[in-house]
Amino acid sequence: MTGGIGWWGLPIAMLGGAIRVSTPFLFVSLGETVTERSGRINLGLEGILVFGAMSAYAVAVRTGSPWTGVAAAALSGALFGALHGWICKFPKVNDVAIGIALMLFGSGLAFFFGKPYIQPAAPHLPAMSLGAWSSIPQLRAALEVNALFPAGIAAAFVLRWALRDTRAGLALRVVGDSSEAARALGIDADRVRLAATCFGGAMAAVGGAYLSLYYPGSWNENISSGQGLMAVALVIFARWNPIGCVAASLLFGGAGALGPALQSVGITHGYYLFYAAPYVLTLGAMIASSAPGRAGAGAPAELSIGT
Amino acid sequence: MSAGARAAEVEAIGMSMRFGRFVALDDVSIKVAAGSFHALLGENGAGKSTLVKCIMGYQRPSAGQLLVDGREAAIGDPRDAAALGLGMVYQHFTVAPSLTAAENLAIARRDAPGILDWAAERARLADFMARMPFKLPLDLPTRALSAGERQKLEILKQLYLGRRFLVLDEPTSVLTPDEADEALGLVRALTREGSLTALMITHKFDEVSSFADEVTVLRRGRRVGSGKASELARDELARMMMGDQPLARPDDRAPVGGGAVLEVLGAEAPDRTGTKTIRIDDVAVREGEIVGVAGVSGNGQREFLEILAGQRALSAGEIRVRGAPYRATRAEMRRMAVRFLPEEPLRNACAPRMSVMENLAFRTFDVDAGGRRRFLLDRAAIRERARVLVERFGVKAPSLDAPISTLSGGNVQRAALARELDGDVALLIVANPCFGLDFSAVAEVRARIVRARNRGAAVLLVSEDLDELLELSDSIVVMRDGAIVHRTPAADADVHEIGRHMAGAE
Repeated sequence: MTGGIGWWGLPIAMLGGAIRVSTPFLFVSLGETVTERSGRINLGLEGILVFGAMSAYAVAVRTGSPWTGVAAAALSGALFGALHGWICKFPKVNDVAIGIALMLFGSGLAFFFGKPYIQPAAPHLPAMSLGAWSSIPQLRAALEVNALFPAGIAAAFVLRWALRDTRAGLALRVVGDSSEAARALGIDADRVRLAATCFGGAMAAVGGAYLSLYYPGSWNENISSGQGLMAVALVIFARWNPIGCVAASLLFGGAGALGPALQSVGITHGYYLFYAAPYVLTLGAMIASSAPGRAGAGAPAELSIGT
Repeated sequence: MSAGARAAEVEAIGMSMRFGRFVALDDVSIKVAAGSFHALLGENGAGKSTLVKCIMGYQRPSAGQLLVDGREAAIGDPRDAAALGLGMVYQHFTVAPSLTAAENLAIARRDAPGILDWAAERARLADFMARMPFKLPLDLPTRALSAGERQKLEILKQLYLGRRFLVLDEPTSVLTPDEADEALGLVRALTREGSLTALMITHKFDEVSSFADEVTVLRRGRRVGSGKASELARDELARMMMGDQPLARPDDRAPVGGGAVLEVLGAEAPDRTGTKTIRIDDVAVREGEIVGVAGVSGNGQREFLEILAGQRALSAGEIRVRGAPYRATRAEMRRMAVRFLPEEPLRNACAPRMSVMENLAFRTFDVDAGGRRRFLLDRAAIRERARVLVERFGVKAPSLDAPISTLSGGNVQRAALARELDGDVALLIVANPCFGLDFSAVAEVRARIVRARNRGAAVLLVSEDLDELLELSDSIVVMRDGAIVHRTPAADADVHEIGRHMAGAE
C-alpha cells in the first residue's frame, strides 16, 4: 500500500495535502487581511466562498473554460463584498451581524442556483507537474500543483509590498487605524472599506472556485468544510500580515491533510481524530491570540474584535 | 514644500453666526498679524470654536468677511482654507498610531504618488526636518511616541503641507505640563522666525502669559477684550472671560471636630502590574474633614481608589467606616452613606448612552422611599428627582432624556456630583474632580465639595493638582510607591517639602 517507501509516505502525503488544502485558506485569508486592515470584519466569507464555488462551477460547465469560471467567481464575490461594505456604511450597523447574515444568504443562494449543476462535470483547473523529475509516484502526485497556489503566494508578496509602498496601501492602514485620522487626511473611510471588502469577497470566491474546480473538484452543498470561517481565525493567527497568511495557510493545510495522509500510509484506526486537527488548531489560535496581555497585538485599531 | 514660506496674516471682520434664534457669534472681528502667536480665550460655549470653524470653512458664517494677507478670501470648505495655507491642529490626535511618522507625513501630502518612492520621500523629509528646530524619530510607529511628540508631529504635518497659518484647538489638553511647554515652544519658535502665524484656542491663563503675543477674549459670542498678552494681568483676563457673573466662592470652613468616619488599617493589595504591593498603613478621615492625597500619578493612587470602591480585593488589613468593616457592597454604601466620584465620570461613573435622568437615578432606582428593594421602577418619581437635581446643581442639559454623553464635561461632572451629594453623605471619595473643566465649573465643583464637608461629610480627595489639594484639604498625605510617605496639616504645608516627598528625594 505504501509502494515501498514506507513511512516516508506520510510527510510526502502531508506536503501534497498541505499544498492542495492550503490554497483556499490562502486566498480567503489574504482577502480578509485586506478587509480587516481597513477596520471591518467580514464573517460572510463562508457564504461568499460557497457561492463562489457554485458560480465558478456553473460558469465552467456552461462555457467549458475553468478560468472563465474563476473570473465569474471573483466577480460574484466582489458583488457580495460590495453588499457587505455598502450596508455597513450606515450608522449603527454592526459588521459582525451583517457578516453572519451574509454567510447564510450566500450559502442559501448558492444551493438554490446550484441544484442543476450537481450532476454535470465541469472542466478542472490545470495543474503543473513539478514532480516530473522524480520517479516516486507519491512525490509526483504530491507535487501536482495547481496554478492558483503560486498565484496566491505571489499575491501575498504583492500585498506586502502594496501595504508598505503604495498610496492605496497607506490609506488602507490609516483607515484601519483611526477613522479620525482618515477624516483629517481627507480620505473617505467608507469608500476605502467598501473597496477592501470587495477585494476580500473576490479573493474568498476564488478560494471557493478552487474547491469546486480543482480539489475536491465537484460542486455539492457540502463543498466547504468551514474554510471561510477558519480563515478569519487564521488572519488573527497571521497577525494581519500577508506573509504570515502564507505560513498559517500551509500550517492549517498541513493539519487538514493529516487525516487523509495517515489513511494513505495504511493507518486504519483513529485517523478520524486527525481530521479534527484544523479545527483544534483554530481553537488554539483563538485562545492564543486572546490571551491577556498580548491580545490583539498588531490588530487594526478600528476592528470591532480588537482589544 | 514651503516651510520657508512667509507667515500669513488673517483677519476676520464682523463675523456672525446664528442658529435659528440662538446667536453663537455676534459681530466678532479679530486680526491675527503675520508671524504672531495669538491666543483666543473664553469659557466653554463662548464662541471660540464657532469663530474658528467659520475661518476654516467648516461652517459658513451668517455674516462677515475674511481677509488673508489683506485680500478678501472666499472660503467655502476646508479645502479652500488648505489651498490658502490655513491649517488646524485638533485637541485629539489625527496621526495614525500604527504608521510611522514618515508614513504619516507621506500620506498626508495631497499629491502623494500612487507608488511611493521611499528614497525620494526620505530625501524630501530629511530636507524638511533639517529646517525644523527639533528632531523626531521618523521610523517608529507613532504610538511609541510620547503625547508631546505626537502633538509636535501634528504641527509638523501641517508645516509639511505648507501651512502658513495654524489654528490650535486646545492643543495641550492631553499633554503633561512639560510636553505642553515643548509643543508650544515649537510653535513660538516658528512664529518668531516668521514662517508661521498661530491662533490658539485655550482657557489656560498660563499658556497665554508664557507663549502668546496677543490675546482676544470672547464671552457669549462677543468679543469682550483684546490686547498684548504681556500687558494683561490674570485677574483682568479672568474678569473679561467671566464678566460680572460671580465665581462660586467656597464657604468659610467650619472647624473640624468629630469622630473618624473612614479608617484604612494596614490595607494591602497587589498593584495593577501584579508585581508590587500597595500598602496603606493608617489613614483616617474624620467628620467634616477633607484629607487630600497627593502624589505623582502612577504611585498607587488608582489602586487605593479601587480598593475603596471595592474593585480591588485586599490581601491584608481592613477598611472601616464608622467603626464597622466595609467591603463596598451596594447595601453597605447605602447604609453607611458612602459616595464615590471617580475621575473622568463619563467613563467611570456614568452609562454614557443612558439618559441624564437614568444616570441621576443610579443610586436610588432600586429602592422605594422606605428603603425596601423594589421590582418595578417608578419612572415619574425618577423624573421628578432628576428635575430637582438638575435645577439645584445647575446642570445644563438639552433635556432629561438626552444621553448623558451629549453633555459638556463640566455638566457631566455637575450631574455626577448631584447624584453623589444627594441626601445624607457620611463619606465622599473624590478623584481629580476638576480635570478638563473650565474656570467657572472648577470653582463651582470645589465650592460644592467644601459645602459637603461643612455639612459634616468626611471627604477623601485624591488629586494630581497640588494647588487644588492645598486649597481644599484640611490635611494632606503624600503617596509614593504605593505607600503613604508623608503627612502634614494643610494650613502650614510647605509646597516644596510636599514636592520633595512626591519625587522621593528627601
